[in-house]
Amino acid sequence: MIEVTDIHKTFTVRTRTGRLRRRRTTVRAVDGISFTVAPGEFVGYLGPNGAGKSTTIKMLTGILSPGSGTVRVAGLDPSRRRTALARRIGVVFGQRTTLWWDLPLRDSLTLIRHLYRVEAGAHRRRLAELTELLDLGPFLSTPVRQLSLGQRMRGDLAAALLHDPPILVLDEPTIGLDVVSKATVRGFLERVNTERGTTILLTTHDLGDIERLCRRVMIIDHGRLAYDGDLDRLRAAVAADRVLVVDLERPAPPVRLAGVVVERVEGPRQWLRVPREMNAAAVVAALADRYPIADIALREPGIEEVVTRLYRDGGRVTA
Amino acid sequence: MADALRLYALLIWTWIRAAAQFPVSMVLLGLASAAVAALDMVGIMLLFAHTPRIAGFTAPEVLFLYGTSAMSFVVADVLLGGTERLGEHVRQGTLDTMLVRPVSPLIQIATEDFSPRRMAKLLPPVVVLAFVLPRLPADWTAGRVVMVPVMLVSGTVIFAALWVLTASVQFVVIDVHAATKSVTYGGAFLTQYPMSLYARDFVRGMTFTIPLAFVNWQPALYVLDRPDPLGLPAALRFAAPAVAVALCAVAALAWRAGLRHYRSTGS
Ligand SMILES: Nc1ncnc2c1ncn2[C@@H]1O[C@H](COP(=O)(O)OP(=O)(O)OP(=O)(O)O)[C@@H](O)[C@H]1O
Ligand SMILES: [Mg+2]
Repeated sequence: MIEVTDIHKTFTVRTRTGRLRRRRTTVRAVDGISFTVAPGEFVGYLGPNGAGKSTTIKMLTGILSPGSGTVRVAGLDPSRRRTALARRIGVVFGQRTTLWWDLPLRDSLTLIRHLYRVEAGAHRRRLAELTELLDLGPFLSTPVRQLSLGQRMRGDLAAALLHDPPILVLDEPTIGLDVVSKATVRGFLERVNTERGTTILLTTHDLGDIERLCRRVMIIDHGRLAYDGDLDRLRAAVAADRVLVVDLERPAPPVRLAGVVVERVEGPRQWLRVPREMNAAAVVAALADRYPIADIALREPGIEEVVTRLYRDGGRVTA
Repeated sequence: MADALRLYALLIWTWIRAAAQFPVSMVLLGLASAAVAALDMVGIMLLFAHTPRIAGFTAPEVLFLYGTSAMSFVVADVLLGGTERLGEHVRQGTLDTMLVRPVSPLIQIATEDFSPRRMAKLLPPVVVLAFVLPRLPADWTAGRVVMVPVMLVSGTVIFAALWVLTASVQFVVIDVHAATKSVTYGGAFLTQYPMSLYARDFVRGMTFTIPLAFVNWQPALYVLDRPDPLGLPAALRFAAPAVAVALCAVAALAWRAGLRHYRSTGS
């Protein structure tokens, strides 16, 4: 569905250094990325601010042409066949709306129907379906400028899917949404992916989105792909340690156990960092042998921790 | 092409319907723009209250120039005036959202926020032409009769191409809105008067660089059977359609080049 081979994109930025003097600097926004997305996949695209995610998406949708490398989306070269591709792809920019500010949502969607030449009957059916799934009913007649962020986002999702594209690309669709709106959007995306088989590429800073929706993640940093693979292997590959939370029967000095580091002590409770390569069961057994234990819990590292580590180390990970 | 026109009409119709939800404001705003548009005509009338001729042309002749120029300009403005806002879309990165749709961004920008109010500006030129055409001291041969619609259409196309050209510049140079405005609106104003009013070099410029002289001046010399004050070849009087087509080609190239130049914004 999406095939990207060694794409690069640099921007020249002119900065004013003096009254008349200007300096040109080049920013390598995307610096040699390759990946393929198969039909029906739901892929998360992660990376710190300025990593080049939005730039990649602009090249996938034909807004920008890659400086070098090739892109194929739905079998088309996006920058050459931008309008043909537009019929087969839905795009949502979380930062800006594709709807018209002064028109009621319903009229905005009618305009979109004309732009995509969706036939009236098909449009009615599709709109009814999307209205139900996204709960658009209460604000279909409200001008877009009066919608809340969450309502507008749902409207934008409907707009992107009215022409029933086989590919959906989302750039931060949950930015600024509350818990309930996020849940609606996530549930909706999950259904679109499983029921319609729509291929989805999702950019987000909300790791909850990723954990809930994507089996596969790609992580980009400084314009390069740092990881591409499934989420569980990412956890293992980054070797984020697990944490053993131990409640002793009474307060005690930090426990001593080879290979295990005590991170924190609070009364009878102690936090032990267990390296990935150690067997947690063996550690628990060794502990129980030597100390009186009231309770014990093993915490897997959260994806936040994994990603923070990855960004901080700036290193590549091989899956 | 026919497809694009059909879509264009459909989009405009959707916007008109949206505007029609507030009929009172639509009518009031329409009357206001018509009144403002009529000011140029009032200016001409006031001049003729003091003098029987302007640069050798009588009142009906100048009103004919006014009517044809304003008519062409307003039609082009109604069709493509929205492109004025291209610079804003480029600066804010909102052009991105137009580029992911299967329709030329030119059509999307031209129709965006289309309001029937824009059409109210047609009122003054229509009234003036209806009044002045029967009173024009012209020898109405078949050629001259045909020339009137030909010059209106060529003039419209020339102005339309100028709208697209000035919009294309905004892809590359941001904040040139004021400067580009002076080409379109300024051109509309200049062509309301006989060109013999202006300095010779200026008129040459308007003939051979920004071809405003072909909007109405050159064809009008033929309709009014006047010698060219600059002594330019008489063949130029029939060149308006060719000039319009050539300018369209230039505008199309400029638009493509501009679009290639677009590099979106960060975020
Ligand atoms: N139109 C542009 N002109 C100049 N530089 C740009 C442009 N667009 C992006 N950049 C630069 O390219 C780099 C990548 O930007 P991009 O928007 O792709 O990052 P991102 O991963 O989407 O970040 P974020 O998470 O903050 O949205 C940044 O350093 C940015 O400053
Ligand atoms: Mg971004």
